[in-house]
Amino acid sequence: MNTTTDDYFNAFTMDPWWPIVFAKVLGLFILLVLIVLITIWAERRVVGRMQMRIGPNRVGPLGLLQSLMDGVKLAFKEEIFPTAADKFVYILAPILATIPAFLAWAVIPLGPMVWMFGYQTPLQLTDFPVSVLYIVAIASIGIYGIVLAGWSSGSTYALLGGLRSSAQMISYEVAMGLSFVAVFLYAGSASTSQIVAAQEKTWYIILLLPSFLIYVTAMVGETNRAPFDLPEAEGELVGGFHTEYSTLKFAVFFLAEYINLVTVSALATTLFLGGWRAPYPISLWAGANEGWWPLVWFLGKLCGFIFVFIWLRGTLPRLRYDQFMKFGWKFLMPVSLVWILIVGFARAMRNDYNWDLRQTVIVIAVPIIAILIVMYIIESIRERRADAAVAEEEEARTEFDPMAGGFPVPPMPGQSYTPTRRSKATVGVTALPVSTDAEIEEA
Amino acid sequence: MTGLATVMLSVIDTGEQITFWICGSLALIGALGMVLSRKAVHSALWIAMTMINLACLYMAQGALFLGMVQIIVYTGAVMMLFLFVLMLVGVDSSDSVVETIRGQRLAAGLAGLAFALMLIAVISRVTLGDVGTQGADAVYGGNLQGLAALIFGKYLLAFEVTSALLITAAIGAMILAHRERIEPKKEQKDLSKERFLSGEHPGSLPPPGVYARHNAVDTPALLPDGTLAENSVPASLRARGAIRTVDRALGDEVQQLAAGDGSLEGEDLR
Repeated sequence: MNTTTDDYFNAFTMDPWWPIVFAKVLGLFILLVLIVLITIWAERRVVGRMQMRIGPNRVGPLGLLQSLMDGVKLAFKEEIFPTAADKFVYILAPILATIPAFLAWAVIPLGPMVWMFGYQTPLQLTDFPVSVLYIVAIASIGIYGIVLAGWSSGSTYALLGGLRSSAQMISYEVAMGLSFVAVFLYAGSASTSQIVAAQEKTWYIILLLPSFLIYVTAMVGETNRAPFDLPEAEGELVGGFHTEYSTLKFAVFFLAEYINLVTVSALATTLFLGGWRAPYPISLWAGANEGWWPLVWFLGKLCGFIFVFIWLRGTLPRLRYDQFMKFGWKFLMPVSLVWILIVGFARAMRNDYNWDLRQTVIVIAVPIIAILIVMYIIESIRERRADAAVAEEEEARTEFDPMAGGFPVPPMPGQSYTPTRRSKATVGVTALPVSTDAEIEEA
Repeated sequence: MTGLATVMLSVIDTGEQITFWICGSLALIGALGMVLSRKAVHSALWIAMTMINLACLYMAQGALFLGMVQIIVYTGAVMMLFLFVLMLVGVDSSDSVVETIRGQRLAAGLAGLAFALMLIAVISRVTLGDVGTQGADAVYGGNLQGLAALIFGKYLLAFEVTSALLITAAIGAMILAHRERIEPKKEQKDLSKERFLSGEHPGSLPPPGVYARHNAVDTPALLPDGTLAENSVPASLRARGAIRTVDRALGDEVQQLAAGDGSLEGEDLR
């Protein structure tokens, strides 16, 4: 694409409402619903295989229509409104969870310029200079659906599940947002199609591997999927935020959850795996990145991510909540911040002083290794000191000094209070006539 | 006088006007709803709606980045924290509508009216030279690029100082809420040790007996050797003596099994 940025974004506003925009919207909707149906089926089959069973195989060929039948069944279930529910918010919550899930796909580039009904148009509904931020914004609106579902159900399990999952999503959204920064720095743009265009030579999974790993971890946390599926830890919270939901409202939550899964996978593909660009051996064929073919590569990468999601679910046990939060805030965040610093430094050096990659790597790696060595030494000294302090404390614990430091102090945990011997004068003061309860009652 | 209205009308195109009337009225409805609703959580929702509509207005005027950040920061983070607090504290009971300070409503209404009049008076007299972001964007080649150049160039110091201020506030809040731990935190290992050392049954108790013919909490489960699992029935039932004995609940086969009779081993029980 050798058009300028403005021309490129203008291409979207040129699209006529009928039939291009309409066809794109309808196509996206159908694609998403189909992907969700197939993902649910694939998840049950693949997890089944991993657990040495067969999985659904009754409805339709290979059981493919199973999720459709489940949806139909849910639609005909009895509608339940809990008495303690806040009815308006209770109905609003599933809507708020689902609509943003669909909206996020408006900016996902599925392919390059294609011919559609006699018009040439990009295979993407719309795009603007900050479209990745748009996805983040839309996702943060989607969290409202979950929080409100938990609150409006009027049930403790649902409330706790809702708070838990939204706290989780917000925490991991931070790490996720930080992993975008390196991509923006390299692509020089926050627009999805521009990022794909910038990956023409090298995919960012190679250039920015740490960002990719952080993003992949954060995206599993963001979608509440195993091993980070704490909001629906059955042993603790029953179903989490949707415990009180039934019928289509429940189905819609399910739909939103799976669309979010597909959305984060699509975003990972776009940001790190070259979007719709053909993978290496295929990219040697000249026509691989033209016409409708890229849609195939895109969907293939998407399926790869979805499979990883399923694989994780079949393999890893659930984390404990405090460990999970600690991981997000105390590991992922600092690591991504340091990584952003490194990337920023490398970019600045290349832009301003024309450093090559080897020079940059040496300049960055040497001080980092030095810092790590120094930190290791300091840490080992500190550990030794801490051990000594613990031993000292243990010693101190056995004996309670009521006048430690010259002041009367209470016993520390582990110490027991030994009554001190009182002087005669004190005994005299405490021995004032005190009436017992029985005496008071008598009087 | 080049009034605001005339400048606006000359710059704004139809699409932006439509957006303005829709989002503007929705934002106003949200603001009114926030003031008028009784439940605190509903108020929070209304104000979230106002914020999203304001973001749409920013975007319609070409400030895309500002609009996105408005949603991410204000709707996604700030309002979400408000909601958390409201839900955890449980301020969902309808507040009393009795005036606590006399004449408060009247005074507030008058003050609001005066403020609105002042705003209208001032804004209608403003003279604007360059309206919209087009002019500013053109200098740096785009809205995002312009913001980046200004924040990380001309206003770098102000930006850094502001962020230092925010970090100070955050650290201050953490220090205020911090509580020194006087004994080491119990890890999962310590808790598990404690549980076993107490001498009580460490796991959950066995569930009551569930047989093909009977299923109730007053029916004890059978242990592998055929004896009754006493603690599978709630203690209160045990104390009351309201335990259904296995022979009353079950047929001959299980009774024989319970009695440890080996005669049934074979095809029947397989």
